[in-house]
Amino acid sequence: MSTPSFAVEFTRVRKTYGSRAAVKDISFSIRPGEFFSLLGPSGCGKSTTLRMIAGFEQPDEGGGEVRLNGKLVNHLRPYERDLGMVFQSYALFPHLTVARNIAFGLEQRGVPRAQIGDRVKKAMDLVQLDGTTFGDRLPPALSGGQRQRVALARALVVEPPILLLDEPLGALDLKLRKQMQQELKELNKRLGITFVYVTHDQEEALTMSDRIAVMADARIAQVGSPAEIYERPRTPFVARFIGESNFLEGDIVADAGGRLTVRHPAGTFTVPTPPGGVVGTRIHVALRPERLLLPDGDAAVEGDNSLPATISHVIYRGEMLHVRVAVAGGGELVVATRNEGQLRRPMAYKPGDAVRVWWHAEDVQVLEADPT
Amino acid sequence: MRVRRSIFRVINRRESWAGWSQVAPTLLFLVVFFIVPLAMMFGSSWMARGTYGGIEWRFTAEHYVRFADPLYLSILARTLAWSLGATLFCLLVGYPVAWTLANAGRWKNVLVFLVIVPLWTSYLVRTFAMIFLMRDSGLINTLLLKTGLIQEPLELLYTPGAVMAGLVYGFLPFMVLPIYTSLEKLDPTLLEAAEVLGARPAARFWKVIWPLSLPGVAAGSLLTFIPALGSYLTSDLLGGAKQMMIGNLVQNQFTTARNWPFGAAASFVVMSGVLVAVTLYLRMRDKAPGGGL
Repeated sequence: MSTPSFAVEFTRVRKTYGSRAAVKDISFSIRPGEFFSLLGPSGCGKSTTLRMIAGFEQPDEGGGEVRLNGKLVNHLRPYERDLGMVFQSYALFPHLTVARNIAFGLEQRGVPRAQIGDRVKKAMDLVQLDGTTFGDRLPPALSGGQRQRVALARALVVEPPILLLDEPLGALDLKLRKQMQQELKELNKRLGITFVYVTHDQEEALTMSDRIAVMADARIAQVGSPAEIYERPRTPFVARFIGESNFLEGDIVADAGGRLTVRHPAGTFTVPTPPGGVVGTRIHVALRPERLLLPDGDAAVEGDNSLPATISHVIYRGEMLHVRVAVAGGGELVVATRNEGQLRRPMAYKPGDAVRVWWHAEDVQVLEADPT
Repeated sequence: MRVRRSIFRVINRRESWAGWSQVAPTLLFLVVFFIVPLAMMFGSSWMARGTYGGIEWRFTAEHYVRFADPLYLSILARTLAWSLGATLFCLLVGYPVAWTLANAGRWKNVLVFLVIVPLWTSYLVRTFAMIFLMRDSGLINTLLLKTGLIQEPLELLYTPGAVMAGLVYGFLPFMVLPIYTSLEKLDPTLLEAAEVLGARPAARFWKVIWPLSLPGVAAGSLLTFIPALGSYLTSDLLGGAKQMMIGNLVQNQFTTARNWPFGAAASFVVMSGVLVAVTLYLRMRDKAPGGGL
């Protein structure tokens, strides 16, 4: 057999509990060394997917294949898979010292006692835990961040080819979370270990991942790089779940010069021709708030599309201002503009003003329907 | 330990009157119904025996010295051996039961209820029921004879085995429940963590489940060992009063033998055994993470 090209490979994997499908025929592959995130709201199947990689859950009988490094593992127990895993609750053994916790996997693998101390120390260095200070402490005496590091060291010390992380930063405060995000990302690059990361936090996934699989309703809605997921969401669900989105719909009335003309109650606009866009059918598009433009005073704006609207309110967000506008004929759009300093250069609009909202046709994302 | 310390914190405060008034009812109860009787017992164990029962006000250590007699030493040894044996048996039988209960899902409460139900009946009645099971014409022998496995009824009753069976049967719930409690608290993700780290089932048990259930095991052993140590009904009824436990000795001294001081001394010998067991337990609990009961 040639060297496997994928660290993790799911082929039409299905998992049902009674009559409820936790995962419906999902397929994806993770390249070695990749930082791969499973992102989705709770109940979307991301944890079940991770648990199938770990071996705690098995796919249904005849429900597809799970491969790790090319090897079919559907029926292998977790202890036969040689993985590392960090749990949301850390799951540190409360009766063992930090050093014994980290040594656990090495002891199970029959690593000679003489080497264990050394490797434990190295693992603690890796996660920036001082061995002489923390080695003899019991987990209940540690802070959340310290426990997190112990859990990470315990998983990494056995040098697994694949590390599974189940919302590992969920219990940390914001500042520590940001710091750990960066450290995890660095560890992934430095060690060359494949990271499979489960999270419901879209910002975390965007920041850390090489690629993201967005899951919804037991299926994978879209797999792609953070930029692809954010800038080219394929379905309304992805557009809504990752960042904020505006949605417009209308009827296609013309198809000319690589552009579709769409009629909306408030006017017409154009979008790049998507595959399958047929005159006479309905079309759904998404627009990111920061891609929408408001003319700044009298200055002309760029953009080749616009719709008339009325300002409904301006929300101060610090670095950004979110302007909500009501579009004639129903619907609301959010326009995000940079805050130029409201004390010195206040916003030119107030609620009730009539404006035109502009954008570039290329920034419009044509959506497929959500799978039902 | 923790409780005692906090009581002192209450009564050491400047507004100590308020503190004392809070603990006074408890203190009064303990003094009247526990400390005073215990002191009386202890005092009389150092007194001479009255001719017709009761005590004579003369100091003597003879009742304790009497325990050096091989007769009493053997009673003491037998009591210890049987109590420890019963505790060990209860542990061997009770641990798997507790594990099953803790993992019974929605049947958990029903099963726990079933473990407790026998305690609704008096221990005396249950011991008589054991007699009906084990005697020559009892259920066990009848069944074995009918199926032709044996030709003569087995001698079950009035043997050390019968006493052991009675003790195990009687005190099993006290072993099961504390172990169940500690196993029920066990976080199942710890087992998953161990499994990913390469631990097979046996390693998961000995490295994670067993150490984390030790507080329950200790509490259960204590709750089994102490009543077993002081039991006298079982050896009387199931053992046919052929071989005494120290509980029988105490009972005899206070009733038929009318030697109260010696009975009191025997009680304190039992109590010192209990004290050792409790001390061991407390030491273990203080060392264990997360504490015991």
